[in-house]
Amino acid sequence: MRSAPPEFETIEVAGVATEILIRGIGRPILYLHGGEGIEPDLAFVETLAAFGKVYAPSHPGFGGSDLPRRFGTVDDLAYHCLDLIEALDLRDCAVVGASFGGWIAAEVAIKASSRITALVLIDALGIKISGPETRDIVDLFFLSPEEQRAVIYRDPAPAARPGTIEAATRIARNRESFSLYGWSPTLHDPKLRGRLHRVSVPALLLWGAEDRVVKPGYGRAYAEAIPGATFSLIAGAGHYPHIEQCEATAGELARFLEAARVPAGEDA
Amino acid sequence: MRIWQFTEQSYHPGWDKTDGPLRIMPPSGVLDPPEVSDLLHRYLDEWLLGDELGFDLMVNEHHASLTCMSAVNLSTMAILARQTKKARLLSLGVPMANRMDPLRIAEELSIIDNLSRGRLEFGFVKGSAWELFISNENPARMMDRFWEAHDLILKAFATRDGPFSWEGEYFNYRHVNLIPPIYQAPCPPMWLPASSPDSARLAGRMGYVVAAFLNGHQAKNTFASYRDEYLKTHGRPAALDRLAYLGMAVVAHSEAEARQRAEKLYAYYSTVSRSPAATMNPPGYSPVHANAKALLHGGGNPYANIMADGTPLPANPSLEVLADAGILFWGTPDMVYDQITKFNALVGGVGNFLCMTQGGYLGHAETVDSLKLLATEVYPRLKELALPQAAE
Repeated sequence: MRSAPPEFETIEVAGVATEILIRGIGRPILYLHGGEGIEPDLAFVETLAAFGKVYAPSHPGFGGSDLPRRFGTVDDLAYHCLDLIEALDLRDCAVVGASFGGWIAAEVAIKASSRITALVLIDALGIKISGPETRDIVDLFFLSPEEQRAVIYRDPAPAARPGTIEAATRIARNRESFSLYGWSPTLHDPKLRGRLHRVSVPALLLWGAEDRVVKPGYGRAYAEAIPGATFSLIAGAGHYPHIEQCEATAGELARFLEAARVPAGEDA
Repeated sequence: MRIWQFTEQSYHPGWDKTDGPLRIMPPSGVLDPPEVSDLLHRYLDEWLLGDELGFDLMVNEHHASLTCMSAVNLSTMAILARQTKKARLLSLGVPMANRMDPLRIAEELSIIDNLSRGRLEFGFVKGSAWELFISNENPARMMDRFWEAHDLILKAFATRDGPFSWEGEYFNYRHVNLIPPIYQAPCPPMWLPASSPDSARLAGRMGYVVAAFLNGHQAKNTFASYRDEYLKTHGRPAALDRLAYLGMAVVAHSEAEARQRAEKLYAYYSTVSRSPAATMNPPGYSPVHANAKALLHGGGNPYANIMADGTPLPANPSLEVLADAGILFWGTPDMVYDQITKFNALVGGVGNFLCMTQGGYLGHAETVDSLKLLATEVYPRLKELALPQAAE
């Protein structure tokens, strides 16, 4: 029932069967998908593959990846990413995450790993910046799928209906897992912001100029909490610039990775 | 058949004071506190009358809703425990996956059971989907949380030799020591609502009373699943007292008067849809396979109300259709008796009728009159109802 599209491989990561898409050659780029699973991000993964070897796993509980009972927090997902980096023996690895995946990427980056040498957050969720009576992040769980699209996209189009029970099952699993990890505190970890000073690699934050889920001001506060981070707006995009402005986002990302490049050993 | 008298304790005077949802979102400013007080006392008075008339009583719970002010049902239960004389008192129920402190639930239930000298019955309920936006408890894995709380509470009820510790996946207690202990050892009668065959089977395995809520002839499938699983697990057929159905009922002296009362009562039904859309099924509340099926074939509840012939309940049904559907029984005492016995036979027999005797805009005097007619003209005959013959 959880069969993956044929281009996925399945690897064992610390005992967790993990579905992963591997594309391109060169410097490893670990791409962490958002709350809707890998499907919406596939075109971005293909675009990134022009600039390195992209590893795009489905997080435990998403797509066709297993969900062990012990998994229930973004912290668990971050450790799983570190396990995955070791299992694939990735070195000089850039970690890139969008939206919910950006939250995971930030949680990975505060847990030191000499294998990680760059961090890119695209409209990341995960931190709390205002007081208790202000929601920094739109409560996506309070919105129907159609309402979510309306707030996420600058130019929302109707969602395509799944054509098979397998595709529908993946969507249903993705939604449930997104809730498991993000329900409360809603799409953030109150502790994360105070730990971002631990990020010790070059960091870029890309933000849709018209993001209504987490506004650009939220992105700037995120960037300010990360030592030396660069913040850059992507014009003509809402919460998913990597989808709505795929080429522009991938281009900015590639220029940053090139500029931040430190001489390293062999490419994976 | 036993009748359990039930009202949601709505604040119907506010229903037309807001255009938006009646749940989660309505401004509490539309409620007038003196009127709230009057209504709460009125509902208690009706339950006390029901106790005198020989009904058992049921209380439910919802949160942040104009359709149901019963946000703390066990406080209402405690009042009834003290003020009623004979009625069994059913809390249906305690939304366990929404409560962060199961030990506290056990303590509240124990006080009620002792106050009532052992008249408590209760159901652990999953709770409506939209409650999760109030409690903030995660819909994902909520049933795991539910069953851990269930196990902890039952152990607290059964333990009489001092404290035990509990270090579970969701709950941690150094010392669980229920004082006073529960009155009905090892535990009061337990109920579980079920809308799907899976949950009905689960209730059957546990041997708890299964309750189908306002789902018309879908209840037949619910009960069949329960009976089948009960027989497999316990090696004997389930007695009628294991099965419960919740429907609405109103009685009057004439058909014309009953029709007026039924219209007022049925107004409750129109409020169900006045909830924010996304709150009806947060991700994780329903199983993945059910959600996947709905995504593939378009939305729709696979366990929605059906008529006796299996067709869906029509939109804007007439009162006659509602009576046939088992949603709302109404009329003179003879009409109501006939409707209930017909429905009872079609669903294969049910031992407990959870009877919404008040709802919508049905006023106090009408409710009292209807209750008295139900008690004197209908209930004595319903008590005799045995298992219908040739139930499929």
